[in-house]
Amino acid sequence: MATEILMPALSPTMEEGTLAKWLVKEGDTVKSGDIMAEIETDKATMEFEATDEGVIGKILIAEGTEGVKVNVAIAILVEDGESVDDIAAPAPVAAAPAPAAAAPVTEAPAAPQVDETPDWPEGTKLKQQTVREALRDGMSEEMRANDDVFLMGEEVAEYQGAYKISQGMLDEFGSRRVIDTPITEHGFAGIATGAAFGGLRPIVEFMTFNFAMQAIDHIINSAAKTLYMSGGQMGAPMVFRGPNGAAARVGAQHSQDYAAWYMQVPGLKVAMPYSASDAKGLMKTAIRDDNPVIFLENEILYGQSFDVPDIDDYTVPFGKARIWRTGTDVTIVSFGIGMKYALEAADKLAEDGISAEVIDLRTLRPMDAPAIIKSVMKTNRCVTVEEGWPQGSVGSYISSVIMQEAFDYLDAPVINCTGKDVPMPYAANLERHALITTDEVIAAVKQVTYK
Amino acid sequence: MAARKTTKQTNASAEELKAYYKDMLLIRRFEEKAGQLYGMGLIGGFCHLYIGQEAVVVGLEAAAEEGDKRITSYRDHGHMLACGMDPNGVMAELTGREGGYSKGKGGSMHMFSKEKHFYGGHGIVAAQVPLGAGLAFADKYKDNGRVSFTYFGDGAANQGQVYETFNMAALWGLPCIFVIENNQYAMGTSQQRSTSSAEIYERGLAFGIKGEAVDGMDVLAVKAAGETAVAHCRAGKGPYILEIKTYRYRGHSMSDPAKYRTREEVQKMRDERDPIEQVRELLLTGKHATEDDLKAIDKDIKAVVNASAEFAKNSPEPALEELWTDIYA
Repeated sequence: MATEILMPALSPTMEEGTLAKWLVKEGDTVKSGDIMAEIETDKATMEFEATDEGVIGKILIAEGTEGVKVNVAIAILVEDGESVDDIAAPAPVAAAPAPAAAAPVTEAPAAPQVDETPDWPEGTKLKQQTVREALRDGMSEEMRANDDVFLMGEEVAEYQGAYKISQGMLDEFGSRRVIDTPITEHGFAGIATGAAFGGLRPIVEFMTFNFAMQAIDHIINSAAKTLYMSGGQMGAPMVFRGPNGAAARVGAQHSQDYAAWYMQVPGLKVAMPYSASDAKGLMKTAIRDDNPVIFLENEILYGQSFDVPDIDDYTVPFGKARIWRTGTDVTIVSFGIGMKYALEAADKLAEDGISAEVIDLRTLRPMDAPAIIKSVMKTNRCVTVEEGWPQGSVGSYISSVIMQEAFDYLDAPVINCTGKDVPMPYAANLERHALITTDEVIAAVKQVTYK
Repeated sequence: MAARKTTKQTNASAEELKAYYKDMLLIRRFEEKAGQLYGMGLIGGFCHLYIGQEAVVVGLEAAAEEGDKRITSYRDHGHMLACGMDPNGVMAELTGREGGYSKGKGGSMHMFSKEKHFYGGHGIVAAQVPLGAGLAFADKYKDNGRVSFTYFGDGAANQGQVYETFNMAALWGLPCIFVIENNQYAMGTSQQRSTSSAEIYERGLAFGIKGEAVDGMDVLAVKAAGETAVAHCRAGKGPYILEIKTYRYRGHSMSDPAKYRTREEVQKMRDERDPIEQVRELLLTGKHATEDDLKAIDKDIKAVVNASAEFAKNSPEPALEELWTDIYA
């Protein structure tokens, strides 16, 4: 059967090219792999190989022709003993229809549904626990329940954790499940992700998330995207955890808050607890989740104590904010250590007769936007608080959500309280100034409440 | 150590040789067809063809057992066909259609099959190396006796994460076969211009990992080396490196004019070392098959490949709702 040889597209963007030279002539026999012609694009000259056997029946486009469109017949290949006239009229190659654009987001429901059930029932026995102990308990409980869960990272086993989060875990679970790695974040993040593909549920501890920048290719390209790229066949059920943000006096390379970075990535979930009960409850939920979870802790919070419900198998769902304090004049939205400033500010504002509602997002992806919207509809004002940098911050995203979904309810522009737009300095006074402060939150609230 | 010499005489059975011939020819014809569909604009983006390297995957798959895992780079079509994935599903993924292995959402570089233990198809050079060691980590953790074939190229062999992985794989005794498919060119940069060592497998010695160079144009030599590596890993002796010296006939990707090497160099390789021709010769000289037998095989394969192209053209584009699925489990 005669077949048309079409002008090939030799790159993803090529639409036309010059048929520079024919290396075969009519009557020549070609076999697969033989070079038939040279084709020039604006980028390069390429050789064009035959993919079928046959005889060149007719050359349709002469060499030296410029502007030959992709998919135009340039020659006809016939089988031995066949004539060019046997070929039927060329059928045009139909272009695939362009997908219709997704409909723009239209109006949000006026009164969002918000789950405001308390984290534990009234009357539950509480115990005081540090965030450090709560994280360890959350991991240990899940490791007792499921042999596929293991912990790996630098100094997690024999040293008992660089920040003692895994204290006692090597003794309980042994070296098969609590694994010291060499200092090689890129490599062990990749190995852990591969282990997750292979059916395990790794917990990867980064000594700090600053070091996870060495591993971010695996976190995003390998862990977050594989479920989508495989059409749902396989993903990475795992947790990447460790301290995030500033500690104290450790300088620019050890003090970055990555909340806004990871929050941007579809395929990841991002938790950033403030209290010990959330650290425990969210950790258990993270380990059970079938997706890669970024779990952002904070070194300064590790030693702080909070009420933790003394109940079996305490979990906190993702995507459900916690309202720490109800109020009527302004909504302060924060997460992680930002909550410390938010709550301190709310206490002081109360002394001045300003009633602040304080919302702890707890997870940034999924984010409980309905809780924010519902609150702003009541208070008509909002201030966000975080330690990260201002440009492309979590707060700027929250502002855009409020503007789109509750614009008519706003009585003042939303103010984002963030860390300063500088690398973290070492000097004590400069560092204090670079971080967000309670006074700045108070000033922002006064600005939006016109007090 | 020098590369193994081409096995001109063999104890391989007629059935074995025919199977290798078929499997390698399927890859070659499939890739030629993919190149053709690319030229027609039916396949978009990047498309890296495996033509010339067929003996590597076919030889190693002959050494693998059910349940063993494999993972590779973006030059992955050959690996998928060699481990038994359906040519229709692979071709339809190349055309970005619903019937593709990733429902059209992955493309040439991102395909997977849980059923065939094929873990991708990875687009970041060398990222599959720690991922492959991670698969082996999971096998060792579960103590299931499986091994993982982790393929990467001579170009990837210069990435730092390869050596981070060698270190941990050796330290933890992971049952991982690191397969360096050395096709001599990292995109357009020859090994001589990019790699300080002549024998890449020797880099494993620094980590105490055994390895060897293998003639990657000889499927029987590849299979024999694969068996050694598999036996080593299954015996609990940790990882093993196979540096398989091969050659890609086509450019790095479809848009590569391959001006960094001469036409004569490529032609010489095709004429003298072609992996499929070598087996063809063994079949004919050993009187295991007649010209007619081989013609019949060629015809069957052509039919399979043509059917895959038809399937890939006719499978519908994914529904728009697919944009929003498979982001979270």
